[in-house]
Amino acid sequence: MEKHLKVSAIKDGTVIDHIPTKALFKVIKILKLEDCSQMVTFGNNLDSRAMGTKAIIKIANRFFADEEVNKIALVAPHAKLNIIRDYAVIEKKVVETPKEIRGIVHCFNPKCITNAENITTSFEVLSDKPITMKCFYCEKITSENEMIFF
Amino acid sequence: MNAKSLISITDFTKEEYLKIMRLAEDFEANPNQKLLQGKVIATLFFEPSTRTRLSFETAINRLGGKIIGFSDSSSSSVSKGETLHDTIKMVSNYADMIIMRHPLEGSARYASEVSSVPVINAGDGANQHPSQTLLDMYSIIKTQGTLDNINLFMVGDLKYGRTVHSLLMAMLQFENPIFNFIAPAELAMPNEYKILLTSKGIRYFEHSEFTDIINAADIIYMTRVQKERFIDPVEYEKVKNVYILRNEMLKNTKENMRILHPLPRINEIHTDVDSNPKAYYFTQAKNGVYTRMAIIAHLLNLK
Ligand SMILES: [Zn+2]
Repeated sequence: MEKHLKVSAIKDGTVIDHIPTKALFKVIKILKLEDCSQMVTFGNNLDSRAMGTKAIIKIANRFFADEEVNKIALVAPHAKLNIIRDYAVIEKKVVETPKEIRGIVHCFNPKCITNAENITTSFEVLSDKPITMKCFYCEKITSENEMIFF
Repeated sequence: MNAKSLISITDFTKEEYLKIMRLAEDFEANPNQKLLQGKVIATLFFEPSTRTRLSFETAINRLGGKIIGFSDSSSSSVSKGETLHDTIKMVSNYADMIIMRHPLEGSARYASEVSSVPVINAGDGANQHPSQTLLDMYSIIKTQGTLDNINLFMVGDLKYGRTVHSLLMAMLQFENPIFNFIAPAELAMPNEYKILLTSKGIRYFEHSEFTDIINAADIIYMTRVQKERFIDPVEYEKVKNVYILRNEMLKNTKENMRILHPLPRINEIHTDVDSNPKAYYFTQAKNGVYTRMAIIAHLLNLK
């Protein structure tokens, strides 16, 4: 409908909808869309009945594995995915907060070894609303507003 | 890697805690058992801690092992900028076990991933120091005959004190503990622990000062109230003398109540307590050697 006028439709690929406007560029980064050679279109500050405003990303000819896309739950916990084939939505998915987060975020603890050496961070997710996660290394608990993204 | 390490107190099961207690008792009865003959143990102290290092090195010597290592990072390759990763890789090719202390939190967990031999965490910043907890438990079982039904009073800095947090976690494995926390509001036991106790149906009580409530204690675990923990120095001045244990306060405490302290103390236990048979902190430190012998023997499958 109106959405199609604002962000053009794709033939095959993935549409990620209901992204909080503040999280758009983090989602792009987490999914490494800077390096994507396919057509990527996005819109921000679109009207949303549920969220007030929202962002949307459309990626042509890309389909994500669940564990790949679930990483965005950290910043866009209510995001919805539409899988498009030949202009039709063939599957809808919601993101799920993974039990473990590897990479993506720094440990907020300045005295954590992961901030001193070249180590992939690893966190156990303790709760998802709001997100709190425990560093596998220093055992400190990072909450949503303390997250520092790579 | 696959070697069994001791990084956090929760790495061990209840069965392992009890095995360590049995082994420690055995080593105390017979301290010179040359189980480490022909073995090399590395003690890597990236920050100095003479007390802990001497305790571990005594344990290794009593077991007949040889020691390599350093007692602070200024005398090692670390001062030349070598990463922890590379130091551990190298040393794990030389030694049969690594015992390490490091100022950064999570360093020991990381070392255990890099190392091909077992790692014992002898303190990683403010995070964990599991051999301290095991020696605390050994001191409790030795003096109380059990780790079940212990009424444990924790006093002083319960917010930052890692020893009290680890001991609390370990005691949750045993039957019916009761916790009493005595601390100033700014150094109170963190909520996450209180929530955990509530969720397990374990009783705990909070007090802001010493009173005759301590007469119910089986163990009083004292910790230092450090000035640098206070944002407002006036607050420190207000509480610094509130948490001092004096001999006259012990009059009506239980006969076999014992006072523990991870040491070093500043002024929180008055020296007039030292001659009271209920003062146990120096024996507790000695128990550390037997407990560490037990941990080493267990991790290397020597017992
Ligand atoms: Zn950390």
